[in-house]
Formats: sequence, structure tokens, C-alpha cells
Amino acid sequence: MTHNITAETIVFNGNDGSAIEGYLALPTDVERHGSVVVIHHLPGYDEATKEITRRFATYGYAALMPNLYFRLAPEASADDAAAIARNAGGVSDEQLVGDVQGAMRLLQALPTSNGKVGSIGFCSGGRQSFLAGCRLPLDAVIDCYGAFVTEDATPDFPLAVKGLLDEIPALRGEVLGLFGAEDMYPSPEQTNTLSVALSAAHKRHEFHTFEDAGHAFFNVDRPSYRPEVAVEGWKLVVKFLARTIGEHHVHLSH
Amino acid sequence: MCTYRTEVLKVKASAKAPEGWQSMTDASVYVDHPVHFPAGHALMIDFLNPTLGASARVGLEMNQATARKLAHSILKALDEAPMGILED
Repeated sequence: MTHNITAETIVFNGNDGSAIEGYLALPTDVERHGSVVVIHHLPGYDEATKEITRRFATYGYAALMPNLYFRLAPEASADDAAAIARNAGGVSDEQLVGDVQGAMRLLQALPTSNGKVGSIGFCSGGRQSFLAGCRLPLDAVIDCYGAFVTEDATPDFPLAVKGLLDEIPALRGEVLGLFGAEDMYPSPEQTNTLSVALSAAHKRHEFHTFEDAGHAFFNVDRPSYRPEVAVEGWKLVVKFLARTIGEHHVHLSH
Repeated sequence: MCTYRTEVLKVKASAKAPEGWQSMTDASVYVDHPVHFPAGHALMIDFLNPTLGASARVGLEMNQATARKLAHSILKALDEAPMGILED
């Protein structure tokens, strides 16, 4: 069913307790719910990812997307902020974890929260979702085509991005990975390496690699959008969240 | 894909940004998902002046052929300019 929602821009405490902007979407017709931290892609805190954030609320979850670029470019449009962030070398892993932790705290403090929180990230946010899952007590982790999870970026990359295989032992939540067979970053070989590493560490995970899809197949406003794959992917996300952070079936009676 | 690969350079330039002509101090050149250009990936160029705020920016998104023609034309124009008229 589709839930009634509210959605708004808020200010909350991110990394180091500093105030950052976020986009919060809440279902208004459930008594208790799980929550999702939505991690935007490298192009930023944009309309498409706000739409995704609202979508989680329609599924019955509270969802909060931190604006990871807020410190660098407050009040800026998403594309200008992303350009500034890219020029400045991107977001550090430490900042990302702190911002996601701040979002988790806000979501868990909601009177309607069931205490469970998952994360989802797209593109660069896919890696960051996995990273957050390794460093924070997230109950569910969704990685949508995140690169550089299994290997470091080469030293000449201006953005310092390191692989996360050595952090897998600390991973607590179950992982859902959604990837495109035609993607090169991450390649199917790399996502298979990640799956093998998770299995070796006895970490629960469910990976899907879709044929006829490359990178960013969920992006409705980009030519990479693959409607059939995205529809199937959303079904898998809904099933996964119901299993890991569910309880949104408790509806308010009117 | 998010390539993450970005060439970042300090520049001396001016550009006509949303608030009019402004001095640009930085530039980024990269291949990634464009915001507006209708393709999955594009060659992107940003001229920026972070000290003036995020809107002090001019962005370009183009296909590979355009980028290569542009790069070639820039070098050709520089090579054919009379000696000594351009500052370094």
C-alpha cells in the first residue's frame, strides 16, 4: 500500500555535531516504522534523490537524506554544490560516517521509530552505504552500484577512495547489493569478489546483477535509467527492508 | 558510473556566471553523469571561484567529439596567435 507522507528540509547534527541540512520524509499513517538513511550520489543532493527519499516514506519508512555537501556550499543548487565538492576533493569517509550517524540518531529518536535503521546509497553513495554499515550499527545496508568497495582508487585519483574489504568483519547488518551487468565501476567481477568476501566472513547478503543494465539504472532523469530493472530493483528493496527493518505494517486506525 | 577521476587546476580566468562576469580561480575537468546534456556520461568542465560562493560557477557538459574539437581548437588558436600578445 502507499502511505500518506510529509516531507521537508530540516537541519540536524551531522559529523562532529555540526548542523547540516537534510531532507526528511515521514509516513503519517503508521504507528511504528523502521527508518532509512538515504545517501546521495556524487552529483549531489538533488531532486531525483529527494524523490527516492519520499518514496521510502510511501513504503511506510521514515527516510532522511543528509546533504553531504552542505558545509561546502550551503544554500547552493545541487549541481553547483556538487561541482564545489568535486573541486575540493569530495567527502571524507570520516565525515560521511558522522553524517550518517547523526541521521541515525535523529531517526531513532522519532517517537514512532521501531529503533531499526538501514542505509541505502547510489553510485558513490553505494560505497558509502557499505562503509556506514561497517562502522555503524545499521540493521540493513543497501549498496546500489557502488564502486571502490573491493579495491582502492589508484593513487592518481584526486579523490581518496579506499577499498573496504578489511572492514567487513565489523559489518553488522544484512547487505543487499544491486548492480548492472554492463557496469565497469563496479564490474561484475568486483561485485563477485565482494560477495565471496562477505560469504567468507559469514555475513548475510543478497546480491543481484541485472542483465541489460549498466550503472545508475535507478536514475529516472538520466539516460542510464532502465525501467524494467528499476521496477524489479524496487521490489527487492521493499522485500529486503520488510525483512530487516520492517514493522511498518502497524497502521493507525481512523 | 561515478568515475571519481577529476583533474583539478588553478586558473586565471573570467567567466560570465549567473551574477555576471566574475574572476575564476579553479577549474575541474572530469567525465561523469551530466546534469543536463542528454547522455549517460559526458566530458564536464567547471570554472569556479569558491571564495565567491557556489553559484560563482560556469559549467559545461559535452560529448567526446565536442571536447576533442574544443581542445584542438584551443591549442590551434594559441599556436596561431601572434607571438607575445598573450600573457602566460
